[in-house]
Amino acid sequence: MTGFFAQSIRRRLILQLLVVAALLSVLLYFSIRSVADDAVETSADSILGAATMAIADQLRGADEGVEVDIPYSAFSMLGSISQDRVFYRIVVGGQTITGYPDLPNPPQGASLLSPVFYSTLFRDTHVRIAAVERAVLVERASVPVLVMVAQTRQGQAAIVATMANRAAALGLGFFAVAAVLSLLTASSVLRPLRRLAGAVGRRGPQDLRAVTGSTPAELAPFVLALNGFISRLRGALSRTETFITEAAHHIRTPLATVRAQAEIALRQTDDAETRATLHKMIRAVEDSSRSASQLLDHATVVYRTDQRDEAALDLGLLTRDIARRLEPTAEIRDLTLGLTLPETPVEIKGDPLLIESALRNLVDNAIKYSLADGRIDIALTVVDGRAEITVADTGRGLSGATAQELTERFRRGVNVADVVGSGLGLTIVAEVAAAHGGRFALTENTGGGACARISLPLR
Amino acid sequence: MRTYLITLALIFMLGVPAVAFEIEEDRLFPGAGQELRILSTTDTVIFSPLIEGFQKTRPDLAVRYTVASSQEVFRAIYDEGAQFDLVISSAMDLQMKLANDGFAASFSSAATQALPRWAFWRDQLYAFTQEPVVMIASRHAFEGLVMPRTRQDLIRVLRDNPDRFRGRIGTYDPQVSGAGYLFATQDTRQSDTFWRLAEVMGALAPRLYASTGTMIDQLRDGDLALAYNVLGSYANARLPEGGDGVVVELEDFTLTLLRTALVPQNAANPKLGGAFLDYLLSGEGRRLIRDEAGLPPIDESALAAGQHLRPIRLDPGLLVFADPLKRQRFLREWSGALIHP
Repeated sequence: MTGFFAQSIRRRLILQLLVVAALLSVLLYFSIRSVADDAVETSADSILGAATMAIADQLRGADEGVEVDIPYSAFSMLGSISQDRVFYRIVVGGQTITGYPDLPNPPQGASLLSPVFYSTLFRDTHVRIAAVERAVLVERASVPVLVMVAQTRQGQAAIVATMANRAAALGLGFFAVAAVLSLLTASSVLRPLRRLAGAVGRRGPQDLRAVTGSTPAELAPFVLALNGFISRLRGALSRTETFITEAAHHIRTPLATVRAQAEIALRQTDDAETRATLHKMIRAVEDSSRSASQLLDHATVVYRTDQRDEAALDLGLLTRDIARRLEPTAEIRDLTLGLTLPETPVEIKGDPLLIESALRNLVDNAIKYSLADGRIDIALTVVDGRAEITVADTGRGLSGATAQELTERFRRGVNVADVVGSGLGLTIVAEVAAAHGGRFALTENTGGGACARISLPLR
Repeated sequence: MRTYLITLALIFMLGVPAVAFEIEEDRLFPGAGQELRILSTTDTVIFSPLIEGFQKTRPDLAVRYTVASSQEVFRAIYDEGAQFDLVISSAMDLQMKLANDGFAASFSSAATQALPRWAFWRDQLYAFTQEPVVMIASRHAFEGLVMPRTRQDLIRVLRDNPDRFRGRIGTYDPQVSGAGYLFATQDTRQSDTFWRLAEVMGALAPRLYASTGTMIDQLRDGDLALAYNVLGSYANARLPEGGDGVVVELEDFTLTLLRTALVPQNAANPKLGGAFLDYLLSGEGRRLIRDEAGLPPIDESALAAGQHLRPIRLDPGLLVFADPLKRQRFLREWSGALIHP
């Protein structure tokens, strides 16, 4: 039961409200019944009492004894509410003078002023009896006269049964209304919670802003705690990024120095063996430097998608710039770099640094995984109101891996073990595309090689 | 006399158990199977079309129809435990007493449930006719006088013409007739004019009767100038329209008697009694009651149309005059008013 309750606040709330409603309904039923019982019994009693008193009031002392003259109305009034059987008995000085001699006497004796009422079994039926006593003067002697009038209570039972049915219907109705209300209440009480959960749940992976907006007082501590947690997380994240940036920077600078020194050494020696060694060294340094760059890029992307500098920029210009900058690297690999750009500028809105980083990574990847004498085609087109940049290479392709898998952080293709890489390049591209409301796709070219496609909304 | 002999012969032949109450008529309407036994105050002549009609719907039943006076009908059930499947009586007070004291079985059907509220008591006592209690008068006797339309008119006419009416007024003797007792006691309930009327009639040496039939006969013979408290259903049937005898429904109030039926607690075949009761209340039964028996069936609209009609209420008030002390007292007062030695 505890587990059942623990599963859902809503369920617990509804159940508890329903239990309360059920209890109240039952209480309502019984209180209506008891009030109805009392009211019906009281009214029936008062009529029975009135009938008894009417007979008692007609008692007269006469010469030959007590004169009894039952008024017609005495019994007639008993028939006014229900069709119940009537019995009576008049006892004068201990002798039944008329009526039903076997009608039982009042157990506690009768009173002079007002009738006493008692219930008993008479001739196999339940009857209610009213009894009143009178003292009648006969020849100067006081003779006690006891008048008893009895009535069956089937009519009363029928009325009570009707009322009980109504009370039951009322109770059920009450319960039904309460059930509906409890459902509504549970929903409305839990709505802020759901709204909060929805607001937090809908956030992108990089969205680490504090939770704002109005929340009920009861949720304020939770929101406060959540915001505290978010800010700690952001702090930790930013420290990590700072660390990575610092680390990359600290690695890149000495690497540049090493590379410069190696190139100087390369120029100064003619020894083929030494030159080969230096070439290898330069390439290794280059790879390390690229990895460090990518780490730095990634940290920047993560940081900047959070706090982007949106600006209008010409994608054509940017693409040409990147292509020009990477051309020397491609030449080292003996790769041909083809560039197709529209004649008009392609304006988009975005963070130039992020977009540049994404494009660089795409082209860089293409260069890195291309075979020598290959070809890389960079094309910028406008399709359906979106700017689309495709980078197609003639390299080794994806060998079955999907774009989704390859864009995971530090995930690399299965066929690239011989190439140095961090596994961050495509992650950066995908993240930048997502941050700008764009899409990133990676497909295998039919003639071998891969084709990366990034599409961004036009300004 | 002949009927009486036949009745006696039938009693012997069919081995009906010896009964102590006084039977006036006893007739068997033969049928194939079970026997439905009806005890009634209504003459066989009046009821036979109904019984025959019923037997057409239930050819499997034989019907034994026994007629007795209302007091004897009451005594048969109340004191002697006689076994019948249906008890029909015009004495509402005695029927009420039987039902109240537990001698009636519960019976309920679609037909009984359709009855208006005033036409039944509990699920035991059911009315099937509503018969005005009227005055009948001879046009000849009232020649030159205005026919009274209310009891006040009647009192005035009697007072102003004592010689014309002396010894020529008829009414029920409540000491002998159950119906007469019921009418007289109900009259006292409706208005105080009854006692004034009783005094006036008493001064004119009224003649007392045990049945409506004799009063009608004597009015037709010219012996009576008027008869007070007569069953209108019988009078209408026997005084032709436009003849000397006129039926007057007094406009201050006209009591309306309900002929009632109950299934006794000790009935051998209560279902048969109930079936006959259902037939009485059915459309066909009502038609036969009206057209063949000449009695007005239960009809709420007829009561609504006649504002002066006061159906005698089926309520415990009827028990009051069934009380022996009350009866004694009433009859003493009545005799004091009506019988002048």
